[in-house]
Amino acid sequence: MKKTVKNLLIKFLSLAFLVGFQAFATEEAENLGEEKKFNAAEMIKHHISDAYDWHFFGEGHQSVSIPLPVILYSSTKGLQLFSSANFHHGTESYNGYKLEHNHILSEDKNEKIYDISITKNVASMMIASFIILFIFLSISSSYKKNIGKAPKGMQSVFEPLITFVRDEIAEPNIGPRYAKYLPFLLTAFFFIWVNNLLGLMPSGANTSGNIAFTMTLAVITLLVTVFSGNKEYWAHIFWTPGVPLPLRIIMLPVELIGIVTKPFALMIRLFANITAGHIIILSILSFIFIFKSFAVAGVSIPFAVVMMLMEVFVAALQAYIFTLLSALFIGQAVAEHEHHDDNH
Amino acid sequence: MELITPSIGLLFWSLIIFVILLFILTKFAWKPIVGALEEREKFISDALDQANKAKEEMSKLKSENEALLMQARQERDKILKDAQTVAAATIAEAKDKAQIEADKMVANARMQITNEKNNAITELKNLVATTSVQIAEQIVKKNLSSDSSQKELIDTYLKESKFN
Repeated sequence: MKKTVKNLLIKFLSLAFLVGFQAFATEEAENLGEEKKFNAAEMIKHHISDAYDWHFFGEGHQSVSIPLPVILYSSTKGLQLFSSANFHHGTESYNGYKLEHNHILSEDKNEKIYDISITKNVASMMIASFIILFIFLSISSSYKKNIGKAPKGMQSVFEPLITFVRDEIAEPNIGPRYAKYLPFLLTAFFFIWVNNLLGLMPSGANTSGNIAFTMTLAVITLLVTVFSGNKEYWAHIFWTPGVPLPLRIIMLPVELIGIVTKPFALMIRLFANITAGHIIILSILSFIFIFKSFAVAGVSIPFAVVMMLMEVFVAALQAYIFTLLSALFIGQAVAEHEHHDDNH
Repeated sequence: MELITPSIGLLFWSLIIFVILLFILTKFAWKPIVGALEEREKFISDALDQANKAKEEMSKLKSENEALLMQARQERDKILKDAQTVAAATIAEAKDKAQIEADKMVANARMQITNEKNNAITELKNLVATTSVQIAEQIVKKNLSSDSSQKELIDTYLKESKFN
């Protein structure tokens, strides 16, 4: 049973790779055929931005893509739900809405809309969540099945990762009360990692390289830190002990800004690392079409493969760094300072 | 600029998906998994502790056994030695006793022999005496049958026993 699932997965992945590469090839071949000028910046922007449809290959009316649902909350019309196919890739307006520069705008000036569509990134995030749920709920049940026995199969793959987050990230940085924050750290770690990996798939969405995604996670870390801050943490921020009075007054705004800059750095780091990786790979491959030469492909493709492998590493690394720093910030907020009243 | 402007929709969905994921995973995955891991770790460390304890006990037992064995050996040696001494003493005593007994017996025998000898001598003396008397009587009876011989004898006696 497990074997067949594994085989299916491998087949699916190889197919996805094939389709992905073909998609790229077809798209560019058409470009050459039409002698249209290849715009690398446009192409890269298209690949790393969010979209209302999941685009696989082709351009304009020939493109193959899955239209995704558009959900709008309108100040005048209430909740609206329709398929993004109605926009016909931005060429037509629908129901008083039009798609312009990858944004849905209302044709009515008085209407204010909140766009909560299931975009490509949201869809990818949902797939990531289902993968995570499938993996961890199934290994959770195997833990229940073989209590007190050695781990088997998927269990033995993920157990080291779970113990890694617990023993290398949570416990050393948070201290004895790490257990309370462990579920958050584990979820964040695997959520970021799986999203990073899905972003590397051919035709994958750049979910974890989207600022909104990283912002959400960073804000959650900020909230967890702020709400778990103990008296000493706040005392340290508002009235730093052990420093002269004038310095305390200077320190106060610095410390207050520090509360926000830490998660802000988390947000920027993840966003920049993942997006940069995508941009580099796409740029390297773009050289082939800029120079219109097979010889360049001989250099570009191996280089892109190396970059891709590095991105696979970065996917895990960034998940680790995000989780580690979150644990560190939480640890600072809950730490017990034994030397807190050593005012000389 | 579009790249670094977070869109409301994605913020909304990220938050919802993450929170739901956190909730489900915490309840149905992390708690049971971490619990099971801790239980297993505790079980392993307990088992190791017990093994160490057992090992220590084993070595303790072994040394105790060795001590006991040594003690037993010493005791055995002591008992053997004692037994040997006792045996030697018993033998010596027995020998002495036997010697004394033998000496006594020999002495008794000697005494008896002496007594017997004396008795025999006495008896023999008596026998000789009676026999001599009888012989003498016979002789006397025969020799003194005639008057002349009686006279001769009387004369002889008279001669021998000179009267002063």
